[in-house]
Amino acid sequence: MPLASYQTSVPVVVDDVKCIADKGCTVCVDVCPLDVLRISDMTGKAYMAYDECWYCMPCEADCPTGAVTVNIPYLLR
Amino acid sequence: MAMDEIVDGLSEVSCDVLVIGGGTAGPMAALKAKLRNPKANVVLLEKANVKRSGAISMGMDGLNNAVIPGYATPEQYTKEITIANDGIVDQKAVYKYAQNCYSIIEELDSFGIRFLKNENGDYAVKKVHHIGTYVLPMPNGETVKKALYRQLRRARILISNRYMATRLLKSADGRIAGAISVNTRTAEFLVIKAKAVILCMGAAGRLGLPTSGYMFGTYENAANSGDGYAMAYHAGAALANLECFQINPLIKDYNGPACAYVAGPFGAYTANNEGSRFIECDYWSGQMMLEFYNELMSGKGPVFLQLKHLHPDTIGEIESTLHKVERPTRGLFQQGRGVDYRNESIEMHISEIGFCSGHSASGVFVDDNARTTVPGLYAAGDMASVPHNYMLGAFTNGSIAGVDAMEFADSHDFAEFDSSEIAQERERVLAPTLREDGIPPNQIEYKTRRLVNDYLQPPKVTHKYLLGMRRLAEVRDDMQKQMIARNAHELLRALEVQSIMDCADMAAHASLFREESRWGLYHWRTDFPEKDNENWFCHTLLSKRDGKMTSEKRAVQPYVVPISDDEKDLYDKQRIRASA
Repeated sequence: MPLASYQTSVPVVVDDVKCIADKGCTVCVDVCPLDVLRISDMTGKAYMAYDECWYCMPCEADCPTGAVTVNIPYLLR
Repeated sequence: MAMDEIVDGLSEVSCDVLVIGGGTAGPMAALKAKLRNPKANVVLLEKANVKRSGAISMGMDGLNNAVIPGYATPEQYTKEITIANDGIVDQKAVYKYAQNCYSIIEELDSFGIRFLKNENGDYAVKKVHHIGTYVLPMPNGETVKKALYRQLRRARILISNRYMATRLLKSADGRIAGAISVNTRTAEFLVIKAKAVILCMGAAGRLGLPTSGYMFGTYENAANSGDGYAMAYHAGAALANLECFQINPLIKDYNGPACAYVAGPFGAYTANNEGSRFIECDYWSGQMMLEFYNELMSGKGPVFLQLKHLHPDTIGEIESTLHKVERPTRGLFQQGRGVDYRNESIEMHISEIGFCSGHSASGVFVDDNARTTVPGLYAAGDMASVPHNYMLGAFTNGSIAGVDAMEFADSHDFAEFDSSEIAQERERVLAPTLREDGIPPNQIEYKTRRLVNDYLQPPKVTHKYLLGMRRLAEVRDDMQKQMIARNAHELLRALEVQSIMDCADMAAHASLFREESRWGLYHWRTDFPEKDNENWFCHTLLSKRDGKMTSEKRAVQPYVVPISDDEKDLYDKQRIRASA
């Protein structure tokens, strides 16, 4: 069966201006219990690659520059 | 190389004690094993990152089961937990926990974790349970994981993050020999030979589907997909009382409690839509959950946590705890809904089902030394069968497991295993990556968990269960023949859904075996609505024998602390009775 991609509005938002992943920082990617954050090849910044979030906050709490914001996923907001 | 790209690789290491799971019990088990024999090698394997993994990734607001001299005795606590679990308790393990937990509190205190004290410098313990006083707030509870991590580094524990264990290895004579694991970002294999293995892999939290429909909005950390239960099962270990499900009272649509343990001691209470109390005690027992469920389903639902009657300063104090620790997005959620605790009650609902001894009484069967039925294999924390563990139970029983496992490792050599098992496991794990076309893991998982909700959630109806098991078997067939994983991250989810499916099968099998109702809502069977002490005052043990799932009865071990006849039904009297 062919696969289609499925659009979702993701809960974790990264401020590209504040994010220093392009300088080698990987803190948010490292700490995420669900391993859903990645560094973009295009922008060099962190982003949420998989919508599988427990909105638990380590990414936001541990980010050294305050670039990460965790929102409540839309389905339960 | 891009992250998540599948890489072909296999390496092998060995250690004296392997601890799987770096949440709460695991770090303590690893630490205690290493301190028992500093020359030995201890490996702590973790699917995520030990710094922020497990149920307490953002800390914890307090201890729910602290047995502190002057406030409670081990005898009193053992009695309370026995009664709260309808008597189906091997008291030896509970009593041992109760005796040891105070020294663990002192040790945590020495790690820099603070516990609330009153003006006299005594621990300020609060009453939440039906009978005794065991709840102790933690003012800097958000620092727990950091404090633990420091201890692990200091003791030079070898930490391997982002490895998911998939199967245990055993020798021909049945002794533990190690584990097979897969890197969650590259799909490379790591085989770890070990003299003793401690499983601390948390609850089975992704079993039911939350009512929001968001698959990862579970009460338990969604990384806790029940891998430990599945691994123990396939290794032939016995699992106890899995029919005693975990179901918790939560904020409606949110995955955290309101939380009566924090707010109750200040005067908050659970109320129906008339604003009236309907339960005697907010402590999470199956009996309390049954009243909660009945009220929700009656014309008096929804159910609320009521605190608007309290002084604004008190509400502020409760709010600051609830919005800072354990579930810090609780405040953000309430803000989004426009709920201010000062003028509105908090709407509550019940969680999806799961397995978790932290709050119920099911899990991989262990004795008072945290030993499973497989020699050299241990279990601790939410996945082990010591009832109503909570965080302090995970620390205390993790500590017991660590010491005993190192003693086992010191007196045994490595067990030999059949190396063809590694090739077989590689084939099983990688199968979804070799298919060109098929069904992605998220759809297999959604369907499995939707069926769990439709057919396995209490009230348990035999006919529904039989249908549900048929449907689940069809999905299992799809999972085994058609599931695809296009990168290492998808493979992680594909492996997790296999654990979820195993747990669903075990939940159904165990529930049908026990032909009575017990533990309130947790095991309410409409075809057998009464508690039947004559035939079912026993544990049930589920295990894999000759490739098949089987269940048997196991006698409750003689009590250490006697329970008198007028005490044993105290938790059955949860509903507030109308009085003139």
